[in-house]
Amino acid sequence: MSFLHKHQKLEKNSILLLVCIIVVVLIGGIVEVIPLFRTATVIEPVKGVRPYTPLELAGYNIYIREGCYNCHSQQIRPLRDEVARYGHYSLAAESMYDHPFQWGSKRTGPDLARVGGKYSDEWHTAHLKNPRAVVPESVMPSYSFLAERGARLYDLRDHLSALRAAGVPYTDDMIKYAEPDATSQAHAFSDNQSAIEERYGGPLNFRDFDGNPMLVSEMDALVAYLQVLGTMVKFTDYEPEIQPDMGASHD
Amino acid sequence: MTDNSVPTKVIYNDDVVKLFTLATVFWGIAGFLVGVLIAAQLAFPQLNFEPFLSFGRLRPLHTSAVIFAFGGCALFGTSYYVVQRTCGVRLWNDKLALFTFWGYQIFIVIAGLGYLAGVTQGKEYAEPEWYADLWLTIVWVCYLIVFLMTVIKRREPHIYVANWFYLAFIITVAVLHLGNNMVIPTGLMSVKSYSVFAGVQSAMIQWWYGHNAVGFFLTAGFLGMMYYFIPKRADRPVYSYRLSILHFWSLIFIYIWAGPHHLHYTSLPDWAQTLGMTFSIMLWMPSWGGMINGMMTLSGAWHKLREDPVLRFMIIALAFYGMSTFEGPLMSIKAVNSLSHYTDWTIGHVHSGALGWVGFITFGALYYMVPKLWGRKELYSMKLVDMHLWISTLGIVLYIAAMWVSGIMQGLMWRSYDDMGFLQYSFVETVMAMHPFYIIRMLGGVLYLTGGVIMAYNFWRTIRGDVNAKEQNLIPQGAAA
Repeated sequence: MSFLHKHQKLEKNSILLLVCIIVVVLIGGIVEVIPLFRTATVIEPVKGVRPYTPLELAGYNIYIREGCYNCHSQQIRPLRDEVARYGHYSLAAESMYDHPFQWGSKRTGPDLARVGGKYSDEWHTAHLKNPRAVVPESVMPSYSFLAERGARLYDLRDHLSALRAAGVPYTDDMIKYAEPDATSQAHAFSDNQSAIEERYGGPLNFRDFDGNPMLVSEMDALVAYLQVLGTMVKFTDYEPEIQPDMGASHD
Repeated sequence: MTDNSVPTKVIYNDDVVKLFTLATVFWGIAGFLVGVLIAAQLAFPQLNFEPFLSFGRLRPLHTSAVIFAFGGCALFGTSYYVVQRTCGVRLWNDKLALFTFWGYQIFIVIAGLGYLAGVTQGKEYAEPEWYADLWLTIVWVCYLIVFLMTVIKRREPHIYVANWFYLAFIITVAVLHLGNNMVIPTGLMSVKSYSVFAGVQSAMIQWWYGHNAVGFFLTAGFLGMMYYFIPKRADRPVYSYRLSILHFWSLIFIYIWAGPHHLHYTSLPDWAQTLGMTFSIMLWMPSWGGMINGMMTLSGAWHKLREDPVLRFMIIALAFYGMSTFEGPLMSIKAVNSLSHYTDWTIGHVHSGALGWVGFITFGALYYMVPKLWGRKELYSMKLVDMHLWISTLGIVLYIAAMWVSGIMQGLMWRSYDDMGFLQYSFVETVMAMHPFYIIRMLGGVLYLTGGVIMAYNFWRTIRGDVNAKEQNLIPQGAAA
């Protein structure tokens, strides 16, 4: 067989074999990945999606640190039962500022893509401290230490800068005021609320999320993050308002 | 190159192979143990100890320990063993080879301690942060150099098929690792980084990586193992040379496309999902090509299966490989996936591949190598090998059966409606329903771990030079292959 004879060339030349392997394994990845960077057709711009506030971002990082994604998805599929259980199916734009995505792969616990606003801050705090106090059959680990540990706010500027380098439209002011903005968001009556809302373009949750005014805790940050999940896009008549042009974050 | 004129016996570098062999056994038991612990946590949540020993931090520790520590050391060790013997030369550069051993162990420890401390990128099977990734890159390039240089100075004219698979594994894992770990650290002294990709793109790249960690780390590499140790142990040539060429190239070409089947019905564009599904179904063929090539190598030597538990390990591994590479394409069909995704069915599927295929082919290879590496005539006890085999097989059966039932049950409960047209079950009712199956799964894990401990004991006695006196007269002919 001539094809076997030709293959002998590869079997006798290790560098040629190596090069052929690289070429063969690159094709699939190139075809599937490269077109996704023409974002205009991949991510429909949707009104309301904005970058996380510094406090929410600190919460996002705690979510990753504790491995929440191992048991919770953030991706509602367009299937009848999922939409009934969790709400409108997830849109690509809703995770466009997640570096990386938190869609998850397993639901040992329920999907969290639209958990924001579904439960009170008190519920979240009690549940995170001891899940079985609220849901007796839950198998979730308890995270009571979050309430006692101060959230790491002092280097949030660096986090926002790194994200800006990765393409998140954080402005100079957002970066400059990252730490005070985070502190303010964890209090109900901060005097710079309107300035922060103007920076981030929209109404934000300003609350003492964990009920302890003495400390901006990791609990504050995580609950702030959970309470914003899925709430940025307003679904009226189950049709998201599509913006006519690009620039979803600067409205 | 100076020893080309001396056609006498080559002295192989088996010291580094021995180190990797011992590390494989050690990390295997450690990884199985953490697996049993996290399985127990899902059945009994009181076993979570915050903050360091909670499920969310331990699960990456388990997956990394079994895939990268156990599986990785097995691949390093066997590839160094195989490449020397099939190329007829000593491993290139002893010092660099030794560096790959210690360098890799350091990577495992850095990554593992990081998980416990909550340092993670949050991407499954790619959790290590940027500094650990950089270190791994250095180690991996050294691995490629050692392996490739040994192949380049071979005395055999042809590169043996096992080495094609090992080479494809090493180079593709390098590509995947670099592609999926493009991150921006928040500072040079900071352990935290952000992926340069977000949302849809980061999902696609992560599962391009994630699925091919399965395809190249857990499949291609272990097929390399299969292509050396099964023919050796059975004392038969590989069944079909033509089939090995065909399934090698089709396997590595098709595998890369399969990633999007992890993202069915998500915000990933439909064309990518469909492409991923199509190629996943096509992947069934090259997978079974490899299985058939391995199985049929026993043509004319099937009786050895009756006599040799080590060969039994290898063949049962192929049976599990065949089973899970049939199940995988099935689950990648969108209609099936709408039920199976997010459930324990996926966990069961992964474990039939990991425990059955990856674990068993590794055990078979280790049982083959250990007596040879330490210059013993045979293993301490063949009966213990047999005991390991059946205890572990029973463990796998319990594990995957429990996960099938709990996964399919949970999927069906999520989508069932009552007469009024409302969802019938709240989420937590589905959690309660899974409890008995989580206990069965944990017992399966305990059995598998027990098998691993039996193997470690057998190796310890073998390395010490003991021979089981009672078995001396019973050693079958086939076992002395």
